[in-house]
Amino acid sequence: MAEYLVLIYQDESADTDDAAREKITAGHIRFAEKHGPSLRGGNALQASDTATTVRADGSGGFTITDGVFAETKEALGGYYVVEAADLDEAIAVAKGIPMPSGGVEVRPIRPM
Amino acid sequence: MDATVEAAVADAHRREWAFVLAATVRVTGDIDVAEECVQDAYARALTTWPTQGVPDRPAAWLTTVARRRGIDVLRRRAAHDRRLPELAENAAATADGDAEDIEADGLPEISDDRLRLIFTCCHPALAPEAQVALTLRLVCGLTTGEVARMFLVQESTMAARLTRAKKKIAAAHIPYRVPGLDELPERVGTVLDVVHLVFTTGHTAPVGTDLVRTDLVSQALYLARMLRTLLPDDADVAGLLGLILLTHARRTTRLAADGSLSLLSEQDRSQWDAAEITEGLDLVREALQRRPPGRFALMAAIAAVHAEAPTWSATDWSELVGLYDLLVVIWPSPVVALNRAVALGFAEGPEVGLKALDELATEPELASYAYLPSARADLLRRLGRTDEARAAYQAAFDLTDNTVEREFLRARLDELGA
Repeated sequence: MAEYLVLIYQDESADTDDAAREKITAGHIRFAEKHGPSLRGGNALQASDTATTVRADGSGGFTITDGVFAETKEALGGYYVVEAADLDEAIAVAKGIPMPSGGVEVRPIRPM
Repeated sequence: MDATVEAAVADAHRREWAFVLAATVRVTGDIDVAEECVQDAYARALTTWPTQGVPDRPAAWLTTVARRRGIDVLRRRAAHDRRLPELAENAAATADGDAEDIEADGLPEISDDRLRLIFTCCHPALAPEAQVALTLRLVCGLTTGEVARMFLVQESTMAARLTRAKKKIAAAHIPYRVPGLDELPERVGTVLDVVHLVFTTGHTAPVGTDLVRTDLVSQALYLARMLRTLLPDDADVAGLLGLILLTHARRTTRLAADGSLSLLSEQDRSQWDAAEITEGLDLVREALQRRPPGRFALMAAIAAVHAEAPTWSATDWSELVGLYDLLVVIWPSPVVALNRAVALGFAEGPEVGLKALDELATEPELASYAYLPSARADLLRRLGRTDEARAAYQAAFDLTDNTVEREFLRARLDELGA
């Protein structure tokens, strides 16, 4: 058997009203019921405008910026799910991730 | 409405807003709720103080009212959401404990609360323009409309920017806390950048009819003084406050009687604010004691050289070049290099200055920076290269949006003949 990370992309401007969100949630519940044995985990993320990007500055420090990781030649290479008391603690952990190039995006997971 | 009461509420708003809000956020844990409750508390002061009299300690009164209201809001929310009761009870316990402090000492540990608020508003995970907007709204207590006017954007645009920033603080759990010692220097740096940006935006307004935006300058001075009280041992804070004071001391002489721009070389130095210069010079001396000196300490030292020179011709240009040499190492910005070239032009002559300036001609950051062609124009004028000077003044004129500065450049062009 092999494992796969399945990433969900959607138009954030399209799910702004409650009815649309409820419909999506109901769809995910049906999906999880149908494929339960195949699923190893999953989360909904907070909107992209809550993201923070951490990049190594090449001289031992880091730059922290508001917003998602804007890729140019980088590609998604892996992920960690981190439990932390707040964003500062999450960023402190994120700084420990090897990033010889690129960087990491810290995005809050939506509480269930 | 009693005018004395109205004045007392306005005074409490100006002096105590940050304290009251900061102390309320600690109880509610939510900036949005706290902001609303503090606004309510000020509104209640307007209706209550006329009959009950202005309290001895307005800040304590306002904080108590805002916190009680905050606890009510949390309890009401808890009734709708079973996850919240614990939060509401914790809040009530914190508020009760602090209420005793307020009764006993007048002011509890205010310094920490205001610092927490400042560090949250200036968190590096927020966009720089959001940091500035939040600081002016939450720490300085300006209305959204006032902040919007300061940055010449629509009120709805500014409201959206503030809402987005507060949403990120809540959703991403940006902490309400003073950073630990290991992070502190970097985080103080972000706060000082915000205050410095508010100051420079006000000192020479990028666009508009006024050269100086007094509203922004006085908010920057207020914030720098607050930081100085809260972080009295920080050399960078001392440096920034010194820089602001030494620059602010020249404010009344920057415009001539007819409203036109008056350069440092033409200003009446007897009109400079002597008290602010004395205070600024003390701060510069203190800030320079840290080795190596920080960016704001060096910028303040540069302002101090001008403040101490009895006349323009007595300016110590080689001292200035030396300070710019140090500054450009720790702050390698093309704008610093430009100022260094100008100082060099006075220390060693326009030829040398022009050579240093022309090395910056290809800097992308300076491509639309009007001070580059205007500095070049001045050096060319002094070298008698009139045609080139005229072209450079014209280039500067085309890049300038501030009316007072445009008039100055127009006058220079006229002097050189069409």
